[in-house]
Amino acid sequence: VIALLVVLPLAAGVGALVARRLGRHIALLTVLACVAVAVYTALQTLRAGPLVHRLGGWGSPLGIDLRMDGLAAVMLLMSTAVGVATIVYARGYYPPTGDERAAGGGFWPLCLLLIGALNALFLSGDLFNLYVSLELVSISAVALVILSDDETALPAAMRYLLAAFVASMLYLAAVGLLYAAYGSLDLVALGERITREPAALVAVALISAALLVKTALFPVHFWLPRAHAAAPAPVSALLSSLVITASYYLFIRLWSGPFTTLVTPVAGQLIGWLSTGAIVWGSIQALRQQHLKVMIAYSTVAQIGYLFLLIPFITALPEPSAGAEIWRLQAWNGGVYHAMSHALAKAAMFLAAGSIVHALGSDRIVGISGIARQLPITTYAFGIAGMTLIGLPPSGGFVAKWLLLSAAIGSGQWWWALVILIGGILTAGYIFLVLGQELSLAESDHEVQLAPVPRSMEYAAMALALVALILGVRVTEPLLLLRVGFPFAGG
Amino acid sequence: MIRFLIFACGAAVLIAIGLHGAITRRHLVRQILALNVMSGGVFLLLIAVGARNADPEPDPVPQALVLTGIVVAVSVSGLALAIARAIHARTGNTTLSEEELE
Repeated sequence: VIALLVVLPLAAGVGALVARRLGRHIALLTVLACVAVAVYTALQTLRAGPLVHRLGGWGSPLGIDLRMDGLAAVMLLMSTAVGVATIVYARGYYPPTGDERAAGGGFWPLCLLLIGALNALFLSGDLFNLYVSLELVSISAVALVILSDDETALPAAMRYLLAAFVASMLYLAAVGLLYAAYGSLDLVALGERITREPAALVAVALISAALLVKTALFPVHFWLPRAHAAAPAPVSALLSSLVITASYYLFIRLWSGPFTTLVTPVAGQLIGWLSTGAIVWGSIQALRQQHLKVMIAYSTVAQIGYLFLLIPFITALPEPSAGAEIWRLQAWNGGVYHAMSHALAKAAMFLAAGSIVHALGSDRIVGISGIARQLPITTYAFGIAGMTLIGLPPSGGFVAKWLLLSAAIGSGQWWWALVILIGGILTAGYIFLVLGQELSLAESDHEVQLAPVPRSMEYAAMALALVALILGVRVTEPLLLLRVGFPFAGG
Repeated sequence: MIRFLIFACGAAVLIAIGLHGAITRRHLVRQILALNVMSGGVFLLLIAVGARNADPEPDPVPQALVLTGIVVAVSVSGLALAIARAIHARTGNTTLSEEELE
């Protein structure tokens, strides 16, 4: 059944390309079907443990295996949820008119291709399959960026594509090195055979560098703000929430799986300091921006830092004390939880920002004062999403930060706790800057007629923000699911 | 083994040339070409890996990887060239401008 998660969107993407007029309906039906399959398979994973599907019955050394464990399951649930909301939103954003460009003719097939590629990436269990799906994600993401009418979109997409291309070649070279040394590309088999030797260390460095570029961790985030800000609103939401999470997922999967014996605490601390740089630099840049979407894009740069904060904990040397397993689990849960709630909240925030830009025709932050009167639901969605990003209770972001803080204290690496807290304050700064403008009572110069915003756009953003909030209330179920296939269990 | 090392070193040189070109050149077509040089190096490395044993029959897996890698590189290059053309058509520039976002 899990193969459907890959086959359906890819086939539907082709279908949407052939039947241009039906694209919007095909897309909606497909993502709804994906949610159903994702929920069904996640429940199965929860009950019966990790699922494996051998495509074509070939088996591991020759064929392609799809694997679904707890981590893959929560990622799939999160990404299909974002997919549904984004497509519902896009149905309002691209009204069904005769004009193909205004109706988002290119959006539907590319969006389906992106969702299919993401699902394939979450389910893949070997390095090469991961390479192919990572490329599919990057190519469809770049193609989605250039759908924008914004004149900065083309250079931004170009920069993104060049960075992604370099990264993918580094990754492929590393795949070659690993295959030469160990004769396997399967993550599990590789984990059993890999040893500390120069070839493996070079490969780990190359793959890590490639994935850091694709995830845009500071200081290789240079391509992200422009690309994410220039893209059309539904695309920004997909990029900032799902695309970066995909390469992040691959990073933690490798560092917690086959590479565990090779990555040292020093490397972990280094990633931690890069994260700190991302949080501080991204937040300060976000505070300085005058355009709403650029600000949110810089906020993504900062939040990516939080995602990688779990690395210093899982690379610390295993201690004989019983406590190590507890804080390692806390850090792991916290990092993944942050990835989930950030993805949901950031998508909601970009969608809400898109509605505001749609209504005003501009995204200058000074121009949005008093918009809460015209777009109360959108403002509310923005606020709730902001709550999750700041980490206020009871939101998913709060749970994630709480877990990370506990891990920091428990493991004695208290300096990361400071980073988490300072980052929270900076985040609050830029979120409240925008919210203050939105809620401002001052009579604003809205002589410009506001364009009507379709209800579906407002509610789609709201729904995502609420899911991010619910993650903070219902914590047990996602964490139980995440326990399935926990890489450090008993180790 | 010597033969493998020769090819591997050649691949490393190609990768380095390509990477250098992609970073230092400003003209978009040159950057795209440099990346293709780099991908040529990566493919050479993979082919060398496939032929590293003295067996007369080379290992088919790296060759399959190269085949897929070429498909990916071609599609990325195609997309990149299309974007470069669009940038040129709209602005007349052949480079990415360096000005910061305000």
